[in-house]
Amino acid sequence: MAGTTTQSRGGLLAAALVSPDTRRKFLAFASLILIVVIFSIASPNFFQTSNLLSILLATAVNGVLAIACTFIIITGGIDLSVGTLMTFCAVISGVFITFWGMPLWVGVLMAPVTGMLCGLTTGTFVAKLKIPPFIATLGMMMVTKGLSMVISGTKPIYFTNTPAFSSISMDSMVGSVLPKVPMPNAVLILLALAVLASVVLNKTLLGRYCFALGSNEEAVRLSGVNVDRWKIAIYALGGSICGLAGLIIASRLNSAQPALGQGYELDAIAAVVIGGTSLSGGEGTILGTIIGAFIISTLTNGLRIMSVPQEWQTVVTGVIIIIAVYLDILRRRKPRTSPVPAALPPAEAVKA
Amino acid sequence: MHEELVRMENIVKTFPGVLALSNARFDLIAGEVHALMGENGAGKSTLMKILAGIYSKDSGAITYLGKPTDIPNPRAAQHLGISIVHQELNLMNHLSAAQNMFIGREPRRAMGALVDEKKLNEQAQEYFDLLNLGLDPRVRIGDLTVAKQQMVEIAKALSFKSRVLIMDEPTASLTTSEIEELFRIIRGLKAQGVGIVYISHKMDELKQISDRVTVMRDGQYVGTVPTAETSMETIIKMMVGRTLFETARNAEAEVAGEVYLDVRHLNCGRAVRDVSFTARRGEILGFAGLMGAGRTEVARAVFGADPVDSGEIWVKGARVSITQPKHAVAAGIGYLSEDRKRFGLALGLGLGTNTVLASLSRFRAALGWMRDGAMRAVAEQNVRTLAIKTPSISQKVQFLSGGNQQKVVIAKWLNRDCEVLIFDEPTRGIDIGAKQEIYKLLNDLAQEGKVIIMISSELPEILRMSHRILVMCEGRITGELKGAEATQEKIMFYATLRETMVAGHGDKNH
Repeated sequence: MAGTTTQSRGGLLAAALVSPDTRRKFLAFASLILIVVIFSIASPNFFQTSNLLSILLATAVNGVLAIACTFIIITGGIDLSVGTLMTFCAVISGVFITFWGMPLWVGVLMAPVTGMLCGLTTGTFVAKLKIPPFIATLGMMMVTKGLSMVISGTKPIYFTNTPAFSSISMDSMVGSVLPKVPMPNAVLILLALAVLASVVLNKTLLGRYCFALGSNEEAVRLSGVNVDRWKIAIYALGGSICGLAGLIIASRLNSAQPALGQGYELDAIAAVVIGGTSLSGGEGTILGTIIGAFIISTLTNGLRIMSVPQEWQTVVTGVIIIIAVYLDILRRRKPRTSPVPAALPPAEAVKA
Repeated sequence: MHEELVRMENIVKTFPGVLALSNARFDLIAGEVHALMGENGAGKSTLMKILAGIYSKDSGAITYLGKPTDIPNPRAAQHLGISIVHQELNLMNHLSAAQNMFIGREPRRAMGALVDEKKLNEQAQEYFDLLNLGLDPRVRIGDLTVAKQQMVEIAKALSFKSRVLIMDEPTASLTTSEIEELFRIIRGLKAQGVGIVYISHKMDELKQISDRVTVMRDGQYVGTVPTAETSMETIIKMMVGRTLFETARNAEAEVAGEVYLDVRHLNCGRAVRDVSFTARRGEILGFAGLMGAGRTEVARAVFGADPVDSGEIWVKGARVSITQPKHAVAAGIGYLSEDRKRFGLALGLGLGTNTVLASLSRFRAALGWMRDGAMRAVAEQNVRTLAIKTPSISQKVQFLSGGNQQKVVIAKWLNRDCEVLIFDEPTRGIDIGAKQEIYKLLNDLAQEGKVIIMISSELPEILRMSHRILVMCEGRITGELKGAEATQEKIMFYATLRETMVAGHGDKNH
């Protein structure tokens, strides 16, 4: 896991993205390529720049939420609140910008700040009150869903007075340099966040404690580490990433849609799991999660292009999740077939 | 050199419903190995966990380096220089050795933002070199053997500049050569003036390594004696508070029961090679051998827990096909794993539930309703016949002592009407007093006509209990000895097939 010593900046980034068990990632990555190839053969409309860009855009929100989930799941927890928390953050941005007419930057900042505060709350419930993450985040999911409705009066909040808001997601910085690739900023945000999250996960203390907590929380506690504080910090980080997702989606729709959000958490968890992160904690990678998110959105997009009805798209996604997790289980089982410890008597004993 | 490091006096500790320690005391001098002995449940681990800041004491005084000291949490203990290597290793299996060692104390770089992995590994390497461990600090700790994991724990303890090192049953899962290595390290630490608390059940080890022995019983201090001038018998007497009766060896008894189990030409990878044996009703059949000789693998293969490559299993003269544990259980074969907590018990459930866990269908009434009364009655009877010490049958198994846990597992299989009971290290982690009870139980079961197969690494135990002994080495049965003719030397001869190795193991007298 720490098998990479970093010689250079570039080495650091490459290591952060690729290093932890590249072979495992290969399976997920190969599946993604396979899916792309199959759809490209099946439909001429699939492998077009515009379609590929729309897959990228469709991945942005789920990808960001999945990154938030990855941190939590590596600690051995789960976060069901990411979807509705995302919406709640978007609504709060709307309140600041549209209702109260605050400067744009204040509203933009409020999204991750709100997410962080909610994450702090959830984390405190989990760490201090020992409420299981499943329940704590289920509660937070419902609270934020309800609050979004209450605050917005169940109606969408539009950002029509601040046209700059929609450019956050939908302008293309890449497109202004390379006109042929008008990749929306939302995708750029996802990729930048992925790199940053990888560095945090693999190179910082917070990342180290994610793995450590998921591997053996009691051992971390007995080592004298302030477990509660780190847990809260990890949930807060997850929350602020959800705030970022709120910004992306609100900016894309140019509105905060209070009814949106529920169901996103399951897509995010699915992406994490397909990407090879263990639900029992202790292992996982951001790269895997991103690939997982792309697998889901590519499947959805490809099936739609082939005119497969929406209902069947869901069925296929479900099957893929089960297959992905089963393959992961098979992979894990392998090294355990030889439980004999390396304590056999010396080899000379046989010769005698 | 004879500086006093630790003095604990009048320590009292209660857990809900249990007085774990009353008037416990202990002291430790720099540069000594001080063994702490007592039966399971005597309070050794509890006392040491108080010293390590894991539990807080109810009352009593701790003096550290001559000053009254409060140790509220593990971190405080570490700062004082008190480290503990736990019996059940507390490691983060997904992390590397170095990451485990320095958890919570990682060196940083880039103004504290990033973990300095390079320095981390260098620091770990320093301590590995100090201990002469040929270990890569970057290796995943979950991939190491238990022995190596333990060395990493010791390295971790040293990295705190510890003056006090507590080792709780450090050799429980080590091989003879690994124990030698551990002792070498302990002697090195001793020479540097580290005070070592050594908790163990193994008498021969104490003679080798310890300077003083403190004995505890039922949460109380019994006495402290210099090891060199005290006989084993005295220490055992102090521990149990009574003289142990030695049952006669079973070797002399003739077994005339019918052949119940017949295993022919069993093969299972490298671990089990062409193993054939029979076992009679009323017989205790001992399986001896070194660790890794394939004894557990034979048991697991017979029990259907691992797939076999070839071989036949006959029960009561009829061939049976056993590919899964349920087939074995249906044929009346029960397997009691050496790792009771992982494979034998539902720790969070009550004693009663555990005893009937394998035979729940017997207690099923219409509509899948469970007959609780009948289950309780059976459990109550188990508690009586096996003399299980427990406040009630609803007591959670995790709160029972090792010996009583083992009895619960035995009850579980007896309730399932098993005729063949395969015991894998039946007294591992069980204190001496409870061992006697387990031995008596095994004898009673054999006399009732059960077939008892006992895998054990403790030669005195094998010699005392077995009517017949099979010795394994590297997956093969290398020798068969009648109980009467067996000696430790003969067993070791077959277990290694080299007479020169006998000398190295011959001193394992208890």
